[in-house]
Amino acid sequence: MAMESANRPSPPGPLGQRKAEKIDRLAELAATPPDERGGSVVQESFRRLRRSPMAIVGGAIIAVFVILAIIGPYIAPYHPIATIAIDQVRPGVIPGPSAEHWFGVDQLGRDVYSRILVGARHSLLVGVVATLIGFTAGAIIGGVAGAAYGLGGRVGRAIDSVLMRFMDMLLALPTLLLAASMAAILRPSLQAVMIAVGVAVVPIFARLLRGSMIAQAQRDYVLAAQALGVRRRKIVMAHVFPNSLAPVIVQATLTLAVAIIDAAALSFLGLGNPDTAVPEWGVMLAQAQGQIFTRPTLAVYPAVAIIIVALGFTLLGEAMREALDPKLRR
Amino acid sequence: MFRFIVRRLLQVIPTLLGLSVLLFVWLRALPGGPEAAALGPRPTPEALEAARARLGLDEPLWVQYGRYMRRLLNGDLGTSTVTNRPVLDEFLLRIPATIELAFAAMAIAIAVGIPVGYFAARRRGRLLDGLTLSGSMLGICTPVFFLAFLLKWVFGVNLGWFPVSGRQSSGMNATHITNFFVLDGILTGEWDAAWDAAIHLVLPAVAVASIPFAIIVRMTRASVLEVLGEDYVRTAEAKGLTTKVVRRRHVLRNALLPVVTVVGVLTGALLSGAVLTETVFTINGIGRYLYLAIQTQDYPVLMAFILIIALIFVIINMLVDISYSIIDPRVRVR
Repeated sequence: MAMESANRPSPPGPLGQRKAEKIDRLAELAATPPDERGGSVVQESFRRLRRSPMAIVGGAIIAVFVILAIIGPYIAPYHPIATIAIDQVRPGVIPGPSAEHWFGVDQLGRDVYSRILVGARHSLLVGVVATLIGFTAGAIIGGVAGAAYGLGGRVGRAIDSVLMRFMDMLLALPTLLLAASMAAILRPSLQAVMIAVGVAVVPIFARLLRGSMIAQAQRDYVLAAQALGVRRRKIVMAHVFPNSLAPVIVQATLTLAVAIIDAAALSFLGLGNPDTAVPEWGVMLAQAQGQIFTRPTLAVYPAVAIIIVALGFTLLGEAMREALDPKLRR
Repeated sequence: MFRFIVRRLLQVIPTLLGLSVLLFVWLRALPGGPEAAALGPRPTPEALEAARARLGLDEPLWVQYGRYMRRLLNGDLGTSTVTNRPVLDEFLLRIPATIELAFAAMAIAIAVGIPVGYFAARRRGRLLDGLTLSGSMLGICTPVFFLAFLLKWVFGVNLGWFPVSGRQSSGMNATHITNFFVLDGILTGEWDAAWDAAIHLVLPAVAVASIPFAIIVRMTRASVLEVLGEDYVRTAEAKGLTTKVVRRRHVLRNALLPVVTVVGVLTGALLSGAVLTETVFTINGIGRYLYLAIQTQDYPVLMAFILIIALIFVIINMLVDISYSIIDPRVRVR
């Protein structure tokens, strides 16, 4: 392992280190040679994953969430921004759950159940787009760094070290504060939240893919391809890169949970969609703040929704990480 | 040691410079701007022009940047476009509240987290262990601002045990020297003021402590489990030491090393948590200041906020590095 530790850029001190070490450990997982039975790492992991209760629960939560995000607006009993029950809302009185309104209504007489259902789509959209932004930008930076390092040469190593220095600096800053500052500068909007959360996770993906690619580059099949005279570019693009993706996909699952929580936090800080009538879990939570004396339970519905979804992605992600771990592989 | 610190600080300069250029260009490239935000909706074109000239926004970008950097090097972070007061003064006024909150939260997280993690490890695979692990996962998935709201609702509004906003009761006529309200009360001997400030801290500190707590529990548990399997623990048991001595002298002491050093790592979680919690409890710290600056598009404040946070991180980084070598002599600062 001494060789591999020499390949790592040193993070800026222990602050980034814990994050960085976690990322590096994940990066090495898929590079462990397959066991005697000769099954591929990914196939083997998938077999383990299907037997893991954590993965099943997480997967089930995510499946329900995705289905609701798609059909939510169609099965919602009321229009999410229609102030249908405004006549029942009086100062100090906001009706709670009833047969008509399962989760009650909010301060403007809107049906909370409908708003939660429609809001699922927003949360999914923000989480997925932000993760895709982080994934893509991180994959480009990490891929270039990993390839430059793998292709060797002084220049390649210099490119790698410049890119990684900058990424490691960003890695040391707290994701939420980075995202909040960025969203503030971009002007509050839904797009700003997606971009800010996405950019804040770029260094994680960059470091992970780079580490994973360097670990793959030391495998025998790369040596074999080189011996056969395959061009370096082709080795990187057709062999190393696709084989390096497994840990990145694990990280993407875990990032989705963080992205959804952070996006809600940004909406809560007033950095989300300025049109606060649009149902969105973070905004609903922020608006419930004002009703703490009248109907504080209004905050519980969106919060529980966020917690369940984040838990789903975290459970699946952790189960995937465990399935990839060679120490647990039998 | 001195050379190490100097080298570390020198390494930081290019990064901070890069960050400042990036932020500066980005801020100016966006439409609107502080002049529009300061004048409110629908300003006349003449007023807008005058405001731009007053703020120096009509000059070329590089001139503006040069001026900003020159002032920055003289310790001038600029002037808030909203209050017209120096940004540095505003920060110094508010940062004690945030530090106080962070310290209280850290104290709670450590005091509760380490014993819980330790007992979870000793009862590995039993009910307590399972509860601890699922609890810490739930804690990480719960948005801090919801937890803050929940605490405020249950213990503040419903039960009325704790105050729900601010740092001190408004009727309290306390003397402020350092702006750390609890410390001020102790220094001046105004015990009622100190107690009042401490009581105000309880709920926000618990909210901020949640994520560091979850991390400390997991770290302690993993670390204790690792040490329990070490040869020297078996040796200590074999040579007939009592369980109590083995646990205290061999297990706990070695297991806590990585936990102690993780404290610096948690600063990120603490600061993020503080930003959200200060907003819920209307505490006038830098988190709430950021929130207000976002609402008013106060560019100098936003810019200073990011630079200061980055600087704080670099300094904490360095302190943790140095403390490593003090706590564990095997790790020498190179």
